[in-house]
Amino acid sequence: MQGIESPFQFLTASYLIRVQNLRATTLAEFAAGLETCSDACIFFHTFQSLSRHHFLTEGFSNDFAQWALAACNRPELAEQLASFDIREYTSLAKLRADMRRVVNDYCELHPQFAAQQTFEAFGFCEAIEVAIPLGFDARTLREFNEGLQKLSRASLHYHFIASRLRLHLQTNDFSNWFENTLGLPNLAHRADHIDIYTSTLEGVRLILTQLIEKELCT
Amino acid sequence: MTTTTTTTTSRPIPLDDYAPIIGQPEVDELRALAGSLRGHSIQMVNSTAVGGGVAEILTRLIPILKELDLSVRWDVITGGNDFYGITKAFHNALHGGPYLLPPESFETFLAYNRQNLSRLSMDSEFTVIHDPQPVALIQGRSNHSGHWVWRCHIDLSHPNPAVWGLLEPWVKQYDAAIFSSPEFIQRLPLPQYLFFPCIDPLSEKNLEIPPETVRGILDLYGIDPKRPILTQISRFDRLKDPVGVIQAYRIVKRYFDCQLVLAGGSADDDPEGEAVLSEVKEAAGDDPDVHILNLPPWSPTEINALQQASTIIIQKSLREGFGLTVAEALWKKKPVVASAVGGIPLQIIHKHTGLLAHSVAGAAYQIRFLLSNPALAAKLAQQGHEHVREHFLITTNAKRYLTLFQYLLATSEK
Repeated sequence: MQGIESPFQFLTASYLIRVQNLRATTLAEFAAGLETCSDACIFFHTFQSLSRHHFLTEGFSNDFAQWALAACNRPELAEQLASFDIREYTSLAKLRADMRRVVNDYCELHPQFAAQQTFEAFGFCEAIEVAIPLGFDARTLREFNEGLQKLSRASLHYHFIASRLRLHLQTNDFSNWFENTLGLPNLAHRADHIDIYTSTLEGVRLILTQLIEKELCT
Repeated sequence: MTTTTTTTTSRPIPLDDYAPIIGQPEVDELRALAGSLRGHSIQMVNSTAVGGGVAEILTRLIPILKELDLSVRWDVITGGNDFYGITKAFHNALHGGPYLLPPESFETFLAYNRQNLSRLSMDSEFTVIHDPQPVALIQGRSNHSGHWVWRCHIDLSHPNPAVWGLLEPWVKQYDAAIFSSPEFIQRLPLPQYLFFPCIDPLSEKNLEIPPETVRGILDLYGIDPKRPILTQISRFDRLKDPVGVIQAYRIVKRYFDCQLVLAGGSADDDPEGEAVLSEVKEAAGDDPDVHILNLPPWSPTEINALQQASTIIIQKSLREGFGLTVAEALWKKKPVVASAVGGIPLQIIHKHTGLLAHSVAGAAYQIRFLLSNPALAAKLAQQGHEHVREHFLITTNAKRYLTLFQYLLATSEK
């Protein structure tokens, strides 16, 4: 394969957790918090939560759903909150609006639970992202594969999951580069369909490696 | 007489020794994060070079930062007995206890801070002050220079307002504060970050030890390795609810032929320790399957062996700062049943990395459930191990500091 003009720049992102002066001890307070918290809060408790808990491949989707289950004992609400697939969202505003609707509907339907004290408070936190270049890039698919093996899990999450919010496209940095720079739309499509909810980040790396090696053999 | 010590750390562990544990890419990422911080000075200040969790963390953290070619200093303030008497009173009051010292005590506290300041060079670009003892060193900051961060390691969820009122004006002068749990944050006009306490997987307390060493320690204490062992490691303190653990064990014992190990010590500065130990012994009665081990303060191999030998680890605290014994147990791939207090829910994600309980009966039920479902117990333990690898290791702590310094640097350049 020939080298190309736009090499893939490998970056990594590290996150600070900034705690907000915003807590919920009832579902009603939680609904209010969802409305007023920052976009960085929504990111932390959904997109970033998936990275922090990447080793859980069953029954964990985001912090909101886990809190509804473990601290509120409301499995039906937890199920609805867990069912949000962040791959379908390229904007945090839309994700927030959909989550707010679910919580508000639940509180309207079950006012007795909305005011009930929870086992534990929900503390809203923000993710502060620091992205830095890793100092290596790829001009070919083979070089990309070598780079992929050197990526930290945070870097995988940055390029493969959080990228949607940067690109405002329902894809990821890797697939975007495969399709638009290398001209490999099938590989891009297959990579984008790796299930991030049932795979760990190491699992994502493994499946992606297999897809690339298969492509390199053709 | 007050002296200031610049510490030297012993037996540094090469950063690459962590690569088999966290992965080479994670180690390389630390190097990448440190890159643009080279040439910037970092200073950590606390009140003790040895003993206590903060010194334990800094003993490991500083060599890692140095190995990343960063310019790091660790200074320790010291003071007379009167200073430590006051800071001990502060400590207890910040945990919610009463505060009975006269108003002039705070003047003494400030005088010792000023005295330390006269001996310390506080001109680093990043200064991290650990805990309340040196909090007033910020008066030595000139013209808002550098970045000053206050790292509070203690549980501030219910501080005595009188003492917090004395410290708050000093804390407000910092650029940022770091706490160990969202429960501990205060209403402050500065950014508050969350850094979890951490364990070192290469420390004596957490390294895997040979089965024969484990067996030897069990033999020493008369513990049967063939029957299930339930263990709580904590000092004998009512807030750790050791009597509640015995009550939970008695419920479990009706269904499972198990043993209970309550291992810990009583801190020298805890006058209630002896009384609690007596209560625990009384509650245990003459049950030969309850092993109450009053260990010396520093017993890493014994603690490690007891954790490794356990079937289930319990942490049934009524209140807890962070409860790093939970992280230690999870790192050893042990299923954990723990109370949902303090920092424990950050470590135990219910039904994913362990089980949470809210009462004696609840704890007993969760223990029975795990004893009946060893495959599920093993899965929770494995996931708990991964959770610790991701969030509660010393390398993650180093990464958080690097990220914070990067962020402070970037925002100050804008």
